[in-house]
Amino acid sequence: MTAPLAAPVLRDFLRAARSAGLRVSTAEGLDAIRAAEAVGLADRATLRDALSLVLAKTAEEKRRFEECFALFFGREGFREVPAPPRPAAEGAPEPAAPEGPGAAGGIGGGDMGGGATPSPLGRMLLAGDRAGLAAAMEQAAEAIGLSNISVFTQVNMYARRIMERMGLEELEDEIAALRRDPAGAERAARLELARDYLRGEVRELVQRNLLLFARGETERWREEMLRQARLAGLDRRDAERMRVLVRAIARRLATRYARVRRRDRRGQLDARRTLRRNMAWGGVPFRTVWKQRKVEKPRLFVLCDVSGSVAAVAEFLLLFVYSLHEALSGVRAFAFTSGTIEVSEILEREPIEQAIAQIMGRIGFGSSNYGTSLEDFEKGWMQAVDRRTTVIVLGDGRGNRTEPRVDILQRLAGRAKQVIWLNPEHPASWGSGDSDMLRYAPHCRLVAHCATLAQLERVIGDLLRDHAG
Amino acid sequence: MNDGGMLQRRVASIEAVEAGLGAAGYIASRPIATAIYLAQRLEKPVLVEGPAGVGKTELAKAVARWLGLPLVRMQCYEGLDESKALYEWKYGKQLLYTQILKDRLAPVLGEAASLEQAIERLHGVGDVFFSRHFLEPRPLLRALEAPAGAVLLIDEVDKSDQEFEAFLLELLSDYQVTIPEIGTVRAAVPPLVLLTSNAMRDLGDALKRRCLHLHIGFPDPKLEARIVASRVPEAAAGLRRQIVAFVQGLRRLDLRKLPSVSETIDWAQVLVLLHARELGADLVRETLNVLLKFESDIRAADSQIAPLLFRAREEAATAAA
Repeated sequence: MTAPLAAPVLRDFLRAARSAGLRVSTAEGLDAIRAAEAVGLADRATLRDALSLVLAKTAEEKRRFEECFALFFGREGFREVPAPPRPAAEGAPEPAAPEGPGAAGGIGGGDMGGGATPSPLGRMLLAGDRAGLAAAMEQAAEAIGLSNISVFTQVNMYARRIMERMGLEELEDEIAALRRDPAGAERAARLELARDYLRGEVRELVQRNLLLFARGETERWREEMLRQARLAGLDRRDAERMRVLVRAIARRLATRYARVRRRDRRGQLDARRTLRRNMAWGGVPFRTVWKQRKVEKPRLFVLCDVSGSVAAVAEFLLLFVYSLHEALSGVRAFAFTSGTIEVSEILEREPIEQAIAQIMGRIGFGSSNYGTSLEDFEKGWMQAVDRRTTVIVLGDGRGNRTEPRVDILQRLAGRAKQVIWLNPEHPASWGSGDSDMLRYAPHCRLVAHCATLAQLERVIGDLLRDHAG
Repeated sequence: MNDGGMLQRRVASIEAVEAGLGAAGYIASRPIATAIYLAQRLEKPVLVEGPAGVGKTELAKAVARWLGLPLVRMQCYEGLDESKALYEWKYGKQLLYTQILKDRLAPVLGEAASLEQAIERLHGVGDVFFSRHFLEPRPLLRALEAPAGAVLLIDEVDKSDQEFEAFLLELLSDYQVTIPEIGTVRAAVPPLVLLTSNAMRDLGDALKRRCLHLHIGFPDPKLEARIVASRVPEAAAGLRRQIVAFVQGLRRLDLRKLPSVSETIDWAQVLVLLHARELGADLVRETLNVLLKFESDIRAADSQIAPLLFRAREEAATAAA
């Protein structure tokens, strides 16, 4: 029985919830409505518990849900003192129709006698009919589509439209008329006071709606900007947001590629599984099962230049790769400036922020020397590189005019499945000055410009797709 | 005699759930009761998440006790598959019966003139060996077939593989499963399904979408005191208040594994056995290993015992007043 009543409110709430970042599917939306019907709308705490069960599916989502719920159902305007202090508001009735003859006429209408018949809005203001005003305001907001608000600059416009819809023009005329009449001066003053108060209430309503419905938009917009932003020049303030974003992207890629894919290997019968499958025919092998081979997940070696110019990108590359571990069969990470060290252990043990700080403390901020770094790598870990290994090198290829030792990279490319070089510099400057990029490039399967998260995402996504293919 | 109707009546309101679970020895907070109520109303499974030891599994047991339904429990682990969760053919029994019935089959087939005829006759006999008699039902099938409904507890679903999670979807949304040789088995009375997870890995969105999601965190002091009172009634009120206040204080420390409700209950039992009337520094130090399970945690807490104890006594005193 509550259904027709509940539906529109809940529909608005679902929109607000989506805008707050909850992913609410249509099915969940329907469940929410059924849940609300089951518990009723009367008790707010119960309703909150019920909707939270249906709509929010992680701890983080629960938090957002609570926030959104409080904001949304807290919006019942006109809770405190109505402006005109004189007509006592004790009679504040339940949601009366705006032109209800009872309450408004009874209190306000009696003493006004002559002069113009006041507009419905004026009457409600003078009578202090809070519920009526709130209802009228909500109606007006609904009529002009307040929930479409998307940026803060629209606040004034929406506020004005609501006021007009509620009958501001009539009210102004009325005030003007009263001003002309010497006897009406006092009433005019009261109406003006009330009008200003109403304006405040309307603005507040619009602000709340901006918070409720527009947050999703701005959030999405900012995310898009971050994806395109240069990682090296990132604000400290945005770094945390960026980490969240990287983890989200990595998680998406990981769930897409983490499944172990199998491919039939033709020709070899899997006797055990064939028997099992054909049990239904008494063990006569009608259906054959062939041995399968798991499609390998990529094994990654990541070599990061952590000298000043590339360090910021290195942090995000490492964060990305380590958030992906489900989709990879193994990751080893190395950091170098003028020498190479393995950093896998630090990265596995510490949260990424501390890990990066530690790595920097150990070898960061020197001037890079690709030659000696590659020598170190060859001595220490070349043995571990095999045909299944993909090597990703992240660096600008600027060795400060030292010997680049291209031959080592060549040997590395010979041993490994492939070498991918990511360079945060724009391709136009590759090979200029002390950059040895163009000398390394022939030995890499792919050299990619990688300065933003979007580019990083594309490279890693391609890598996983190639393997899954 | 409709058993679904019986459930409907028992789970009449959120208050009824609260009272019923209370009678079954489980002190439920309001959100928990709401979840059970809605699970019955909307016929949806409940996914319960939260730290270990806050009573996720216990909730399922209490619901079963309260409603008088059988509890079917399925513990998930890596490598769990359909044949262990749903059904399996009793292969040995099938073999044995074919051997025993060999003699019986001979006269049936003996008179057949040709191979075609023999096969024709065999078809007439039907799929005797792939009937219910040779089917070994595993937990999921048992829960579906329970005549009066059941409480199905799928424990630690996060430990199972993704494939298994996908397999659960049909069961959870329609309360039915398909067995190729027999057909689709549909539950007469949908079981009340509870899934628990310790967040070992993130569960798939598809699974989450089909469930109500209940997060049980550590209880607030009032609720915890009620839980301890219900589980360890021998503990005197004063001691109980101190225990709860101390554990609550302990949870504010930076520990590897925070003590959970189950640990609080264990501790209360230990203290009762030791005839403790109130907490003392030495007593706490000696029994701290009941609450904390890591050597490093015990060492970290050891230095904090005096201030924690002081505050716990104070809080207990104000709570009593």
